[in-house]
Amino acid sequence: MSKRIDVSDLNVYYGNFRAVADVNIEIGAKSVTAFIGPSGCGKSTFLRTLNRMHEVIPGATVEGQVLLDGDNLYDPGVDPVTVRSQIGMVFQRPNPFPTMSIRDNVLAGVKLNARKISRSDADDLVESSLRASNLWNEVKDRLDKPGSGLSGGQQQRLCIARTIAVKPGVILMDEPCSALDPISTLAIEDLINEMKNDYTVVIVTHNMQQAARVSDKTAFFNIAGTGKPGKLIEYDDTATIFSNPSVKATEDYVSGRFG
Amino acid sequence: MTTNALTSGPGSGRTGDRVFSTAARSAGILILLTLFAVALFLFVQALPAFTADPADLSGGQGFFSYIWPIVIGTVIAAAIAIVLATPVGLGVALFISHYAPRKLAAPLGYVIDLLAAIPSVIYGIWGYLVLAPVLVPGYEWLNQHLGFLPVFGGPVSQTGKTMLTAGVVLAVMVLPIITSLSREIFLQAPGLHEEAALALGATRWEMIRMSVLPFARAGIISAVMLGLGRALGETMAVALVLSTGTLIPSLIKSGNQTIAAEIALNFPEAFGLRMSELIAAGLVLFVITLAVNMIARWIISRHQQFSGAN
Repeated sequence: MSKRIDVSDLNVYYGNFRAVADVNIEIGAKSVTAFIGPSGCGKSTFLRTLNRMHEVIPGATVEGQVLLDGDNLYDPGVDPVTVRSQIGMVFQRPNPFPTMSIRDNVLAGVKLNARKISRSDADDLVESSLRASNLWNEVKDRLDKPGSGLSGGQQQRLCIARTIAVKPGVILMDEPCSALDPISTLAIEDLINEMKNDYTVVIVTHNMQQAARVSDKTAFFNIAGTGKPGKLIEYDDTATIFSNPSVKATEDYVSGRFG
Repeated sequence: MTTNALTSGPGSGRTGDRVFSTAARSAGILILLTLFAVALFLFVQALPAFTADPADLSGGQGFFSYIWPIVIGTVIAAAIAIVLATPVGLGVALFISHYAPRKLAAPLGYVIDLLAAIPSVIYGIWGYLVLAPVLVPGYEWLNQHLGFLPVFGGPVSQTGKTMLTAGVVLAVMVLPIITSLSREIFLQAPGLHEEAALALGATRWEMIRMSVLPFARAGIISAVMLGLGRALGETMAVALVLSTGTLIPSLIKSGNQTIAAEIALNFPEAFGLRMSELIAAGLVLFVITLAVNMIARWIISRHQQFSGAN
C-alpha cells in the first residue's frame, strides 16, 4: 500500500508572494526521505503541498503537479479529503484530540466519513496501530484515559498510531521531534526506521544528524535571501549529501557553516 | 549590634502592591456583600407573603398556588426561546467562524453584536406591532394540523399575543448572546487540532465535530445558560407582547404569565401584602436563575478531565 510521489514544476504562492519555486522531485515507495534546509526555506510549506494541507493557510495556492502513483493530487475534481486520507501527516507539536480517550484518538480517522467498524475490528486495529507505533505496552492498561495525559513523546507516537490506523500510502512528518526530549526523539527515530517497511515516509527536520540517521535520501532546500522563493538545491542519497555533495551550498550547510 | 540587612530594603514598591491587593480584595468582598444584601432584602420583604393567611393573598389559596402558574409560564417562555435560539445561534456562530469568507465574517459579526444593543422595550414593541400579527396565520395552521396536541389547542388568539410569540421574541433577544459568545469560543479552537482532523481526511464538518465542538463544549453551555438567564429575567418584551391570563397548556392562545412580567405590570400599584407577594415572586425568580447557573457549572465541571483545557 506504500506509494510513490512524483512532483514536477511545483510552485507555491502565498497571495502574490512565491514561497517555493520550481520543485521537481521523485520520492520512491517504501523509503524515508528527509527535507533539510535553513528556516524559512519553504521545506515545511512544500511538505504541506504533498497532501494539500497548505490549503488550510489562507491565500496559499499551488501550480504544478504532484502525482501519487501517477494520479495528480491537483486535478480538478480531486477532493482534498480523499488526498489526505491516503497521505497522512504528523505535526511538529503532538496534537492528540484532548477530549478523546487514547483508544478514540487511534480510531478518530477510521471513523470518519460515516465508516462503521465493528467492536472487535476496532480493538484489533487499536492494538496493531499502537504496536506499530511502539506505544502499546505503555498504554494498554489505560486506553480509556485521555490522550492528553501522556508525555510529549507518547503523545507524538499516539499521533503516529492515529495516522497509521487510516492505512495511508504516504506519511508526512513536519519536524516531528522538535518538541521532544532526546529519549523520545530516539523512540520516534526507531519507529521511522520500522515504518519504511510499510510506508513511504517524508520527514522535514532541522536536525541534520537526524536526517543522516533516519533517511535514505535527502533533499536540501535553500533561499537566496529574504523575499526570494525557496528552491530545491540538491536531492540525492543521504550518504552522498552528507559526504560528497555536488553543490557548494549543500556542503556549507551540512558541514555547519551556515543555517 | 547586628541588624539584618534584608529587613530594610527599598520599600517603595510595597505601597503600590498593598494598595492594589486591598482594592482587589475589597472588590471581591463587595460583590459577595451585594449578593447577600439582595438575597436578604428579598427574603425579609417577602416574608409576610409566606406567613400571611392564604385567603389574603391573590387567588386566595396561598402563595404556592399563586406562584406556581407563573413559574411554569416563566420556564416555558425561556425554554421556547432557548430551543429556538440555540441551534440558530450556534449555526450562525459556526458560519462566521469557520465557513464564511473573511470579508463577510467580520461585518456579519458586527450585525449580530448590534442585535444585542437593541433595548428590550424596542423588541417588545416590535413583537407587539409586527411579529404577533404576522404569526397569526401560522398559529391557525398549527392549530388546524396539530390541534390535537394540547400545546397547539384553540381557539387561536386573533392578536397573536401569545406565549409562543413571547418565546420567539425572547429567542431573537438571546440569539446575539449565544452567537457572539460561542463565536468567540469557536475562533479560539486550537488550529493544532483542526489540522490534526483535516490531516486524517476529515471533511470540514467532521473537523468541526472532532476538534471545534469538543473544545467549545463548556463555552457553548455557558453561552446557552447566559441566554437562559436573560430569557428568564426578561421583563419588558414579555410584558408588552403577552396577553396575560391564567396558566393554560396552549401556547397559541391568550394566557399564561411570567414572573418578571407579573412583577413589572403589578408593581406600580402594589402595597402592603401584595407588595410582599411580588417580592416573594422575585425571590423565586432569583432562586431559579441561581439554580440554572449552578447546574451549568456542574455540567461543565463533570467533563473537566476530558476538557480542552488540559
